[in-house]
Amino acid sequence: MNPRRKKRLLITSFLAVALSLAVGLVLFALQQNIDLFYTPTEIIEGKKETGIKPEVGQRLRIGGMVVQGSVKRNPESLKVSFDLVDNGGGIVTVFFDGILPDLFREGQGIVAQGHLLNATQINASEVLAKHDEEYMPPEVSEALVGMDNFKANNK
Amino acid sequence: MWKWLHPYAKPEKSYQLAGKLLPWFVVLTVITFIIGLLWGLLFAPADYQQGDSFRIIYIHVPAAMMAMGAYSSMAIAAFVALVWQIRLAEMTVAATAPIGAVFTFIALFTGAAWGKPMWGAWWVWDARLTSELILLFVYLGIIALYNAFSDKVLAGRAASILTLVGVINLPVIHYSVVWWNTLHQGPTISKFGKPSMAVEMLWPLLIMIAAFATLLGALILMRFRNEILTRESHRPWVRQLALNNVKITGKN
Repeated sequence: MNPRRKKRLLITSFLAVALSLAVGLVLFALQQNIDLFYTPTEIIEGKKETGIKPEVGQRLRIGGMVVQGSVKRNPESLKVSFDLVDNGGGIVTVFFDGILPDLFREGQGIVAQGHLLNATQINASEVLAKHDEEYMPPEVSEALVGMDNFKANNK
Repeated sequence: MWKWLHPYAKPEKSYQLAGKLLPWFVVLTVITFIIGLLWGLLFAPADYQQGDSFRIIYIHVPAAMMAMGAYSSMAIAAFVALVWQIRLAEMTVAATAPIGAVFTFIALFTGAAWGKPMWGAWWVWDARLTSELILLFVYLGIIALYNAFSDKVLAGRAASILTLVGVINLPVIHYSVVWWNTLHQGPTISKFGKPSMAVEMLWPLLIMIAAFATLLGALILMRFRNEILTRESHRPWVRQLALNNVKITGKN
């Protein structure tokens, strides 16, 4: 390699390394802000690294698994409430008035947007279903005695 | 070691090589698309949760993968263009950018169409979706920058630098679903260990990925040939080529 090329190679490589370092630091600094949602445990105990807790009245998103048997529907209206749980064991109750997505069911992961009523209750304005990265035909899932139980046992 | 590559630094040689490779890519694209689409859309079983809607995966995932694949190849070409100052590498960057942009758009569009019935929202500002949108903007920026200069040598260099700057977005897109909480689900086939997908669903997906890869190759070859002809239009061999074409079509 001639010296001019070597110099260009050095400059380009240096640029690439410096840039990725800068972006890496930016992303690291923004870590909490890039998370789409709080988990129930994070709402109760605060974020893992910083211990920052959301304040009452704050607009936020929460993501977690709908607890089996916790869905309570108001027979007269669209009002519904359910509990969310995550691996940490914290449980947060979500109140919602509206149409739930098709994938919503007990044991399903969901993301809800709303504001915090008190330490463990959220009034949601939007509920989104989160599906996992598992794809399988219905027969296979039945063979696993219902995906929900299968998931619960795995935890 | 690299001596055999040297003749292809000449645009004429590269043009001919691309022309020879093109039919193979086209044939492979057609075959894999027919097999993959029929298998994926008609014969693969429906998902236990998402039913038939999950079939969007057969377009969405390959398009997204090739959007990133196109960018990685552009980044390698840009690096070569900057260090060794090979004009053909700059032409590769310019030829690939619009194709990558379209693939990114397809991934975003099919993703939105999939998100509405499954998640309940067309768009969510989560890390995966946002970083993919940034990829589209980077592509558009590269295209705009390349076309902003009338001096194509300068244009190629500027576009190469921008391409290298944008390459940082690739690992961010890929790991966004691992590093942060996102609505988008985690990786299915690119993670270590067993893919979390039933085999009879996985095979058509792999074929569709191959189909999009060969389609990407074919489109790049076409645009690369075009780019060479445009940039070398003043050279005798290009004029000769054009004259020959006129003669052939003149006979009809």
